[in-house]
Amino acid sequence: MQKITRDQLIEKAASLLGNGTVSCVLGWEKGEFDYDVTPALFETESELREKFVFGDFCGANLSKYLVSKTRKCEGRILVFLKPCDTYSFNQLLTEHRFDREKAYVVGIPCEGMADIERVKELCGDGISSVTADGDELVVTTLYDDEPVRVKAESVLAERCVNCKSKKHVAYDELIGEDGEVLSSARFDEVARLEAMTPDERFAFWQNELSKCIRCNACRNVCPACTCERCVFDNPSSGVENKAAANSFEEKMFHIIRAFHVAGRCTDCGECSRVCPQNIPLHLLNRKFIKDIDDFYGEYQAGAEVGSRAPLVNYTFDDLEPGEVFERGGQDA
Amino acid sequence: MQVKEYKPLIVAFCCNWCSYAGADLAGNNRLSYPADVKIIRVPCSCRVNPMFVLRAFQRGADGVIICGCHPGDCHYTSGNYYTRRRMALLFSMLDYLGIERDRTRLEWVSAAEGAKFAATMNDFVEKVTALGENKRLEDLRCKK
Amino acid sequence: MQRIGVFVCWCGSNIAATVDVKAVAEALKSEPGVVYSADYQYMCSQAGQDLIKEAVKEHNLTGIVVCSCSPRMHEATFRKTAAAAGLNPYMVEIANIREQCSWVHKDIPSGTEKAIILGKAAVAKVNLNTPLTPGESPVTKRALVIGGGIAGIQTALDIADAGFPVDIVEKNPTIGGKMAQLDKTFPTLDCAACILTPKMVDVAQNDKIRIFSYSEVSEIKGFVGNFDVTIRKKARYVKEDVCTGCGLCVEKCPQKKIPNEFNLGMDNRSAIYIPFAQAVPKVATIDAEACTMLKKGKCGLCSKVCTAGAIDYKQQDELISEKYGAIVVATGFNPISMEKFDEYAYSQSKDVITSLEFERLTNAAGPTAGKLLRPSDLKHPHTIVFVQCVGSRCASCAEKGKEYCSKICCMYTAKHAMLTRDKYPDTDVYVFYIDVRTPGKNFDEFYRRAVEEYGVHYIKGMVGKVTPEGDKLKVRASDLLNNKQLNIDADLVVLAAAIEPDKSARPLATMLTASMDTNDFFTEAHPKLRPVESPTAGVFLSGACQGPKDIPETVSQAGAAASKVIGLLAKDKLTGNPCVASSDELMCNGCSSCERVCPYGAISYIDKEFRMPDRTVAIRRVASVNPAVCQGCGACTVACPSGAMDLRGFASGQIMAEVDAICK
Repeated sequence: MQKITRDQLIEKAASLLGNGTVSCVLGWEKGEFDYDVTPALFETESELREKFVFGDFCGANLSKYLVSKTRKCEGRILVFLKPCDTYSFNQLLTEHRFDREKAYVVGIPCEGMADIERVKELCGDGISSVTADGDELVVTTLYDDEPVRVKAESVLAERCVNCKSKKHVAYDELIGEDGEVLSSARFDEVARLEAMTPDERFAFWQNELSKCIRCNACRNVCPACTCERCVFDNPSSGVENKAAANSFEEKMFHIIRAFHVAGRCTDCGECSRVCPQNIPLHLLNRKFIKDIDDFYGEYQAGAEVGSRAPLVNYTFDDLEPGEVFERGGQDA
Repeated sequence: MQVKEYKPLIVAFCCNWCSYAGADLAGNNRLSYPADVKIIRVPCSCRVNPMFVLRAFQRGADGVIICGCHPGDCHYTSGNYYTRRRMALLFSMLDYLGIERDRTRLEWVSAAEGAKFAATMNDFVEKVTALGENKRLEDLRCKK
Repeated sequence: MQRIGVFVCWCGSNIAATVDVKAVAEALKSEPGVVYSADYQYMCSQAGQDLIKEAVKEHNLTGIVVCSCSPRMHEATFRKTAAAAGLNPYMVEIANIREQCSWVHKDIPSGTEKAIILGKAAVAKVNLNTPLTPGESPVTKRALVIGGGIAGIQTALDIADAGFPVDIVEKNPTIGGKMAQLDKTFPTLDCAACILTPKMVDVAQNDKIRIFSYSEVSEIKGFVGNFDVTIRKKARYVKEDVCTGCGLCVEKCPQKKIPNEFNLGMDNRSAIYIPFAQAVPKVATIDAEACTMLKKGKCGLCSKVCTAGAIDYKQQDELISEKYGAIVVATGFNPISMEKFDEYAYSQSKDVITSLEFERLTNAAGPTAGKLLRPSDLKHPHTIVFVQCVGSRCASCAEKGKEYCSKICCMYTAKHAMLTRDKYPDTDVYVFYIDVRTPGKNFDEFYRRAVEEYGVHYIKGMVGKVTPEGDKLKVRASDLLNNKQLNIDADLVVLAAAIEPDKSARPLATMLTASMDTNDFFTEAHPKLRPVESPTAGVFLSGACQGPKDIPETVSQAGAAASKVIGLLAKDKLTGNPCVASSDELMCNGCSSCERVCPYGAISYIDKEFRMPDRTVAIRRVASVNPAVCQGCGACTVACPSGAMDLRGFASGQIMAEVDAICK
């Protein structure tokens, strides 16, 4: 359950629209169901009152949309950013992807977002509505007469269970109180995989990545994947491929994608959220983040604007790749 | 029927200024290493894109080795430092996916180290031969 | 589609003995694009090259693959051959089937098989080659020398001697640098001023040289041959072109209690001052922080006494923009601070001094007019202890000292010790050392003389502690060779402080995008073969900014840097390496990743208007590579996630094609 309400955000947006501070608002609107909420741009107060939503399914990170919207929108864009979204916002600024002056960031607190897959695990398929009530979610399904009540806490998305920060690293104004950077157990799953035998690791990833249908949802939602044109869509890159035809290409795409965002990925977890096949893609990104922290010292992409990403930096006595392997784990 | 001896396919990326010259020196000194090693010349080890490494595996390479100037000796002053970070992360990722560690290597070979070049290649070929064919990271369509 | 000719060389029996060259030529005939294939005993010979030229004409070849020795050997030869046949020289690729095939593999079947594969890779690459033309850029025939010490002076004189105009930027009111502060120079013991000041006068009188004294470089843009530099000429409140240097103002100035930098604070100067008698330019400078007129608006005495009317209290900093073809860095060195070396009691006793302070004490123009008197009570010291390697070669004291050897201290300490014994034979002189390093012409002989003829006590060992007690300095030290502790009551202790690059070097390196080592010494393009060039094209290194150096070494490096500058300025146009990076603007995100890995600062960003797919127009930031600066390493191509950045001559597509050909 979120501490702030839809109405609070609408009031804030309406007043900023009204006094001319911003000319449009980047927020969320409801899709077909309560739980498929999508990012949307609002230009008038009436649009806001009609379609704007805010709740436990507003996980979408809006920072990426600023890249394209700031090019189209005259004036400033109000964007609502949760703490973890502000890291992406900073990272995009570091990479000069939009003009800071074009965005008006309203930082909003976040109590963690719900994962519909977890709701389904508890309540079954055919969910027709989900509404919040206190710290519970009320779920109605096509098959049950009585709504089912589940604790919001029990259906939190993985990335929110392992929330890395409740602190906004960028904002023009805040609604509610700012939180702290948290220590989380987000690398535990990576460590668990690392501790497996190589055969088990291979089997795990072969199984996961073979589910990939190359829908590109991960790429399209990722705030670090803002390339004007993806290298995989470029015929002259030599690696163009639109559909993964076999197990190699599944791996190739995901390894390269993770490599391209290494040091730039803020671990917002959007890739895993949108994956229709529920591949734990964030575990690839987190592997790089964990390695970067281990090898080159802790680095949080987006914590500050202008920081030098580890892959465009070096020290004279960095680890050798061979030394990385000497540090442990099992070889295949 | 005679069983054909397994010969691995090794792609070696060598920087023009140090390692490629080191390979030339190995030749000048007639220091032999297996013909399985095929060298691709790049201006600097930092020119090697992880995509090239994966591409080689896709097309059936059994091992990929990247050679550059020793840290501090890069012709371009800092290229090999970037290589070192990129490849440390890439190789660690491949390991995470269950790909055998001995199929990838980064080695510093100077223009004066012909002997080191040959020894490195002998050792690498031996390790890759022991692993056998690359099955975990190949594209079956590319196999004859 | 290319029309490729393949030329397989036998290299006598060098290749032919382990590679079946005819089989290679035959196998490559059927590769895509290949229209002609031949083998010959010596491709690099005139006859071999003629064969290539004829084939180009006869078969209308657009690309050439030579299977031969290493490209490091004959790539240039075959490129010339191609050019002579009317082809673009960059349409040639070499398959190295000698050094990397026939010489390292023993049997013909495997050697031949590998040679064919290497040939295929080269063919695959040539199929994607495009003609490349080196870019050209003009050269501004003027050099900038940053720093007016002996290094900068010598470089400027040598460049001017070749007929090119040179500007010297010096941050102090006079040129001369550290050498002007020295008394005698080793190993010849001629006086520093006698050999330096004539050179300073030469600089002043040379009509090719302009001196910007009391000035700093504030901005550098551009690249080799075309630097745009902004120089900040600090207000000295004296009109340089009017002041005659008579010194009357200095005499009359009532504010006389300012520590004199030139004498390292061992005496005082006035608020308006000329650093020393032979200063160039010999012009007074007002120290704005000390001048009563500038601080409080009262006094104005100097203005009243100046008959030339040179004083101008309203003077402002002046910005001067100038274009240069080459920049020489000669920012020099400083002794490190002794504040942290408490064990030597430097901050507790006036009689613990650095070697540079000792130079001033023995200099006829110094605070004691050349008489060796100790600073505290101006008495003649009878026991002097010299401590070497203070802060040098100190791996364990990185927070206060330096890991490296400062190189000059052994010799100047021998000089100090010898001169002291020569002038004051009643003085006991001890030198504590770790090692005595005297490589240099007549250096070791000099040191031996100090020990053998002048009776200087050289003791291997370090001083542990210096404690001021009464008018003595209790020196506790160890004598390592005799394995005993020594206690010496000294009157004066002289510390051979380590030297470090001038503080102005680091920001300057940033402006120049020139690389530095961890100690802030500028790095050379190659430690052996290009010792006076920075990796950044058009930037040259002179003197101690590159590493500790004595005067002879500095002067020879200064001359070497000058000759490199002259070589550059003598050209009307610079021809670049065409194998440089370039960015596809349509794909570029403007994210700055490439710029951050570029060792040469070759990448900048421009805002450009683009028509987007949805017919709107957007202004996007995109990378632009300066081909005159790019050296073609390719670091940027991998840093670029979208693949917008590519390297000509080693394009991603070309390398992929080689990989594919090898793995087929």
